[in-house]
Amino acid sequence: MSDEAPDNDEQVAIGSGQGDAGREALRSELEDLLGAAVVDSHLQEGQNLWLRVEAGRWQDVARSLKGAGFNYFGFLSAIDWTVAPEGRYEDTEFDAGLDDEDGEPVAIDNTTGHAGGDTRFQLLMQLHAPARGAAVLVKADVPDDAPVIDTLRDVFPGADWHERETHEMFGIGFTGHPQLVPIYLPTEFEGHPLRKDFPLLARHVKPWPGVVDIEEIPEHLEAELEAAVMAEFEASGGGE
Amino acid sequence: MTATSDQAQRAYVAAQAADARVNVELDTGDMTLNIGPQHPATHGTLRIACQLDGEQVIMAEPIMGYMHRGYEKLCEVRTYPQCTTLINRIDWLGSFANEVPFILAAEQLMEVEAPPRAQWIRTILFELSRIANLALFLGDMGVQVGALTPVFFAFRDRERVLNQIEAATGGRFHPNFDRIGGLKDDLPKGWIDETRAVMAKMRGFCDEMEDLLVGNEIFQTRCRGVGVIPADVALGYGLSGANLRASGVDWDLRRDANPGLAWNEIDWRVWTHPDGDSFARYWVRLQETREATYMVEKLLDGLPGGPIMAKVPRIIKVPAGEAYVSTENPLGEMGYYVVSKGDLGPFRVKIRTPSFNNISIVPWVMKGVYVPDVITILGSLYFILGDIDR
Amino acid sequence: MNELLALVYWQETAIKLGVALAVIPTTSLILVYLFLFKMMAFMQSRLGPNDTGPYGSLQLIAEAIKFLQKEDIHPSQADRRVFRMAPVVVLASTFLLYVVLPAGPDAIVENLDTGIFYAMAVSSLSVLGILMAGWASANKYALLGGLRAAGQLIAYELPLILAVMGVVIQAGTLNLQGIVVAQATGEIFGWGAIGHPFILTQFVGLFIFLIAAQAELTQTPFDMPVAETELVGGFHIEYTGFRFLLFFMAEFGTAFAFSALASVMFLGGWWIPGFDVDDNILNILGPGVMLGKILLIAFLIFWVRFTYPRLREDQLQKFAWKFLIPLSLVNIVLTGVFKVVF
Repeated sequence: MSDEAPDNDEQVAIGSGQGDAGREALRSELEDLLGAAVVDSHLQEGQNLWLRVEAGRWQDVARSLKGAGFNYFGFLSAIDWTVAPEGRYEDTEFDAGLDDEDGEPVAIDNTTGHAGGDTRFQLLMQLHAPARGAAVLVKADVPDDAPVIDTLRDVFPGADWHERETHEMFGIGFTGHPQLVPIYLPTEFEGHPLRKDFPLLARHVKPWPGVVDIEEIPEHLEAELEAAVMAEFEASGGGE
Repeated sequence: MTATSDQAQRAYVAAQAADARVNVELDTGDMTLNIGPQHPATHGTLRIACQLDGEQVIMAEPIMGYMHRGYEKLCEVRTYPQCTTLINRIDWLGSFANEVPFILAAEQLMEVEAPPRAQWIRTILFELSRIANLALFLGDMGVQVGALTPVFFAFRDRERVLNQIEAATGGRFHPNFDRIGGLKDDLPKGWIDETRAVMAKMRGFCDEMEDLLVGNEIFQTRCRGVGVIPADVALGYGLSGANLRASGVDWDLRRDANPGLAWNEIDWRVWTHPDGDSFARYWVRLQETREATYMVEKLLDGLPGGPIMAKVPRIIKVPAGEAYVSTENPLGEMGYYVVSKGDLGPFRVKIRTPSFNNISIVPWVMKGVYVPDVITILGSLYFILGDIDR
Repeated sequence: MNELLALVYWQETAIKLGVALAVIPTTSLILVYLFLFKMMAFMQSRLGPNDTGPYGSLQLIAEAIKFLQKEDIHPSQADRRVFRMAPVVVLASTFLLYVVLPAGPDAIVENLDTGIFYAMAVSSLSVLGILMAGWASANKYALLGGLRAAGQLIAYELPLILAVMGVVIQAGTLNLQGIVVAQATGEIFGWGAIGHPFILTQFVGLFIFLIAAQAELTQTPFDMPVAETELVGGFHIEYTGFRFLLFFMAEFGTAFAFSALASVMFLGGWWIPGFDVDDNILNILGPGVMLGKILLIAFLIFWVRFTYPRLREDQLQKFAWKFLIPLSLVNIVLTGVFKVVF
């Protein structure tokens, strides 16, 4: 599609859809193509293009994208936006975990996600268009009450295993998938390990020292050290 | 049929039973053959459950998970620098190449850029790990089809590359050398000249493999036309790397989606092959190995000076956001989808490994082949078990 | 010999038996040490065993002791009697082959009139043992290996015999000693100083014979019954310890025997130019000459083994039936025509 000159700040892109200008054009093209199925989109400068689509039209979106040249299936997975009740098993100030004693229901915190999101689980898929050198990351909010979505197996055969993995790791169902048996875990395994509320038992048994192994620099030395490092940095060329 | 009498009916049933017995006796039932979990051709513990009719495979289904280590979950409870230690172990033959996309993703989130010298050295080490990884494939493919000798040459010559990686990073297999914002150290003295010498040796190795295997009639008979994957099927399954390029798709992430390493600064070529069979996959990898040796030499020629570390805080805290960076690893597209919430460690890491997709085509491609072809195809698809199971 | 020593029949038999029993392990040890240990290591740029004894030659003893120490394991589903019998059958076929191998004018265990016919016949016996091993192991890999071996050995038995036919026509006898004598007394265009080794006129036969022997011995590129990377050892996958050692010895013993057959039929056997065929000294020198020729042929066999990849079963059958057999038939016809014309 677009034949924009590549952004000067970017490396010269081969094919379109590269560089921010190319991605911008790609975004408008895909929004036109998919119409109302696109809920939101996000373009991170110099990085990637995110599209959030309606979960109900997941399969249609994949089919249309395939028709638009995005015929390379990158991967499919999910994100659990719940705040893990156990935190990150690290006794640090950065740890955003909730206290066990609070007894509050796990909160969903998807404020940091690109292209937004409303539900706990968000499906994530990446497609490439090799002929155009373009790539797009597609997201869809999986309904909380019934985490089930259509399978992409018929559109991209490669999605078969990725859906099996997502099913066992997150407990998301895929209607139309003939064989949602575990791919990695033993058949008798209970639970969905990549859900945030699935405890990492090894860490319960033996607490992880986490970041305490990073030695604190005494405060009175910090400024001094930093100045020394900076001087060396500048002397050696300063990141040009 | 209508039974005229009790007796006639009984006779009819008896005849049918006799017929059925004959059929049962003549019926050659399918045999289930489990290739693996312990099998020399699976490079680890992959199991392929095959339904055989004689020697012909009716259905092949890979069963994995014997080595699933749950890296995605483990990354969630580690800091970013700790994660690189883990992800080193995904594709253990090309470890340094595993670190790069993850570090690049973290750098994207932090909006840090490594200085040029660091980028160039990263690219050099990346290509060295590609050579080390693919060299083993080039020899191992011979073993898969029954030639014992090439793999010994591969081990012998790969050692030279590993020595160079060790000299630069301190680790032969798991360097853990890449840092957010640059590299741990600069190159040691004399390394550049040694590496040039090694690259010349590796080209000799490639020539040797060309003589021993590519030109060998038996190797060609065993590989040509075996496991043909058309381009559209390969794309649909998400095959990447040489497997895709051997199907005629001219697509290399190093050229087409360079995340900032030095590949665009030098002149090199993406090799493709139109056939899509096992031989094409071998051939493409052979050319890629040779190309990589030239690339390393060109990168060494143009290696810029300057620092090797950008200024990053001592305690790395990555700002909130999402990033996906994938690079063209020895095995194919390896990508890390990193979700950060501003913690010391990632909130979620999705590791997109090439072998997982590459092996997912096995049930499709192994219909109707013979048992020896199963091994040939597995060998030519080239997977590392850690890369499938993560 | 008989005139010199004038032995009674049983004494002679006992000596011959003793020699034959001693020769087979020795020959396979020689081949294993020279080719499997040393040449293979050299070709693959590694050292090979070099610690045990001079140049690692005692490694073989260590290996043999290791094998003998191992537990004798039967798979629980195995057909025990057949399972135990199989390696013995294979080894027996090797032993029987040695009966007719001549190493001198009198240095032969039994000079059968139909020596070559007998050799071809008993060499096929090993298929039986392999099939027994494959079936009795109650293992799918072993079964596949056994069936492959059967299919392959049948396919290669024919070119093997047809290749021999050319020599038999030229020599006019099935007797192995007769073939040696025919080569020794033969002339090349009236010049008989080196006799007439049949390699000169039967090089196509030698070519076919070597290929077919390679298949008969299940060496790469025809080692599908063993196929380490697919069938993980094929028919002997379930064998451990001394039973495996028997298979192993049989493999190399047969390789030696086939090299001996080839050198008898194509390279002139034990005869040394300049000696009379009845010269008693050849009973002493002959075995040495034979050994040299055998090692030469064995070198070819193992060189190919270490270099080539493995064919697929159907490709092998195609090669045997569509190429080797027609070629050997043409060879027979041409030999017959030339025999009549000249």
